Amino acid sequence: MPSNKLYQWIINLVMLAFSAFCIFPFLVLISASFTDDMEITRNGYSFIPKDISFAAYGYLLNDAANIARAYGITILITLIGTVAGLILIALLAYPLSRKEMPFRNVLAFYVFFTMLFNGGLVPTYLVYTNMFDVKNTIWALIIPGLLLNGFYVILMRTFFSTSIPGAIIESAYIDGAKELRIFTSIVLPLSTPVLATIGLFLTIGYWNDWFNGLIYVTDKQYYSLQNLLNRILLDVQFLQNSQDGISSELAANIPLKSMRMAMAAIGAIPIIAAYPFFQKYFIKGITVGAVKG
Amino acid sequence: MQAQPKQATATGLRFKLKELKKYRALMLMAIPGMLYLLINNYLPMFGVVIAFKDVNFAKGIWGSDWIGFKNFEYLFKTSDAFIITRNTILYNLVFIILGTSISISLAILLNEIKNRFLSRFNQSLILLPHLISMVIVGYLVLAFLDGNSGFMNKTILPMFGLSEVSWYSETKYWPYILTIVHIWKGVGYSCVIYLASIIGIDSEYYEAATIDGANRWQQIWNITIPLIIPVITILTLLSIGRIFYSDFGLFYQVPLNTGVLMPVTNTIDTYVYRALINLGDIGMSSAAGMYQAVVGFVLIIVANYVVKKRNSDNALF
Repeated sequence: MPSNKLYQWIINLVMLAFSAFCIFPFLVLISASFTDDMEITRNGYSFIPKDISFAAYGYLLNDAANIARAYGITILITLIGTVAGLILIALLAYPLSRKEMPFRNVLAFYVFFTMLFNGGLVPTYLVYTNMFDVKNTIWALIIPGLLLNGFYVILMRTFFSTSIPGAIIESAYIDGAKELRIFTSIVLPLSTPVLATIGLFLTIGYWNDWFNGLIYVTDKQYYSLQNLLNRILLDVQFLQNSQDGISSELAANIPLKSMRMAMAAIGAIPIIAAYPFFQKYFIKGITVGAVKG
Repeated sequence: MQAQPKQATATGLRFKLKELKKYRALMLMAIPGMLYLLINNYLPMFGVVIAFKDVNFAKGIWGSDWIGFKNFEYLFKTSDAFIITRNTILYNLVFIILGTSISISLAILLNEIKNRFLSRFNQSLILLPHLISMVIVGYLVLAFLDGNSGFMNKTILPMFGLSEVSWYSETKYWPYILTIVHIWKGVGYSCVIYLASIIGIDSEYYEAATIDGANRWQQIWNITIPLIIPVITILTLLSIGRIFYSDFGLFYQVPLNTGVLMPVTNTIDTYVYRALINLGDIGMSSAAGMYQAVVGFVLIIVANYVVKKRNSDNALF
């Protein structure tokens, strides 16, 4: 068919246009972070920098200690949260996947109901600040909301019950293996796809979380990267808008605009750089997530 | 395994207890996760009583006085109640309709691409925004809309000979801006879900259609779309169940928490947050939160019921 080639061309063009729309803002951001601040003030943010300048990054070096600490906090909570979350989710999902488990349906409903109804922000906030006192601790960034959710448990349960043959478990049982042993040396090794998928979801959730920091953390010492970015976005705004003589003079010496973009680039680049390596799992994970539990 | 004979209740219970002993290791495994859900999800559910109390920290939450529906009365007397409800629902409706149609279209296009590399390449690029936190999206939007140096004002608008716009003080543009940002960030994710279900369609259908002389367009319309309706239904159902909730980051970070824009950016979620953190009004914000949770719960039950009536395979539960 002669029109087939044309048809392919048109589809490719439309898709490439949409893809360009998706990455264009990142390009403007990165380009702006390398642009001289005066240049931005004169001509605005642009796609291609005319005067390349590293001043913004240089300025951020002055604040390197804070940024490094925020990175450290983010890496720490991402590691702890992902590992602990995976363990908790797998431990809860596995019994739910065993058909002979007593009270299995009650437990499944206990997990499922959390997906339908919640107490809302205020009671959650009060539980964590009044009963557990997590305010301004590292736990505030790890525990509330992110560690485990019903959806991941159900996803993993579905994987266990559909992909792990009951016969394997039964024969291990006959060979005298105990439940925990069966779980760690048979079930988990057979479940790497779902572990990778949910691990990835958890990692992205922790790396990008700023909400827990916003509501539970006021102490600078515990600012995560996203949290720091959030405060800088609002603080710089504040400096810039301030009519106060002192702070506008201070603001005049800082490459405000390019620095802000450099800061955002620092926050975005790690995950963009890591993306090609986990892209395969990520796409697979979304697909697994679409399957009804 | 064991055929469970009809027994008297007492024996049945003893049987259960024996079972319990046999499976105690499994039970123990489930405990940490269940404890977490208890703390993170169930304890706050009891906390909804706060909405019916005049919270006084000196007396403690349990000791505070009951005031019935007073908090709800205050809430619904303000003009905020109407605005936040309207905004939450309207934005979600637009997001559901536009988001679903755009991601299905993209998924169909991606499926039509014969070159595997190009298909993968496009998939990666449209998923990229999904990986970025809303804080960074806030920065990206600022780079475009900043009043005196944004990309829109300095590059795009001059190209069309238009004058500069003060984006962060004009409410009329924000419904469009927020919709575009939402689509930009989320469409790749749902597109991949649809693509996965399209790839799963048996190729025999298409072969048969080609023999019958159906063209590409007819095949999409009569085979692809009808066969992905179950997935469309489930995803739409999920979004309808969440129609009383909004993406807090989108409505708080992207407009940079700007006061002037609130008539078009305030949703129930941002309202609850502001009432709690900025005003310290625990009573009103928990009333708003409970309003949201209860209506949301009813909506998901109703939506699921309607779908179940029509086709039980497509229902969530």
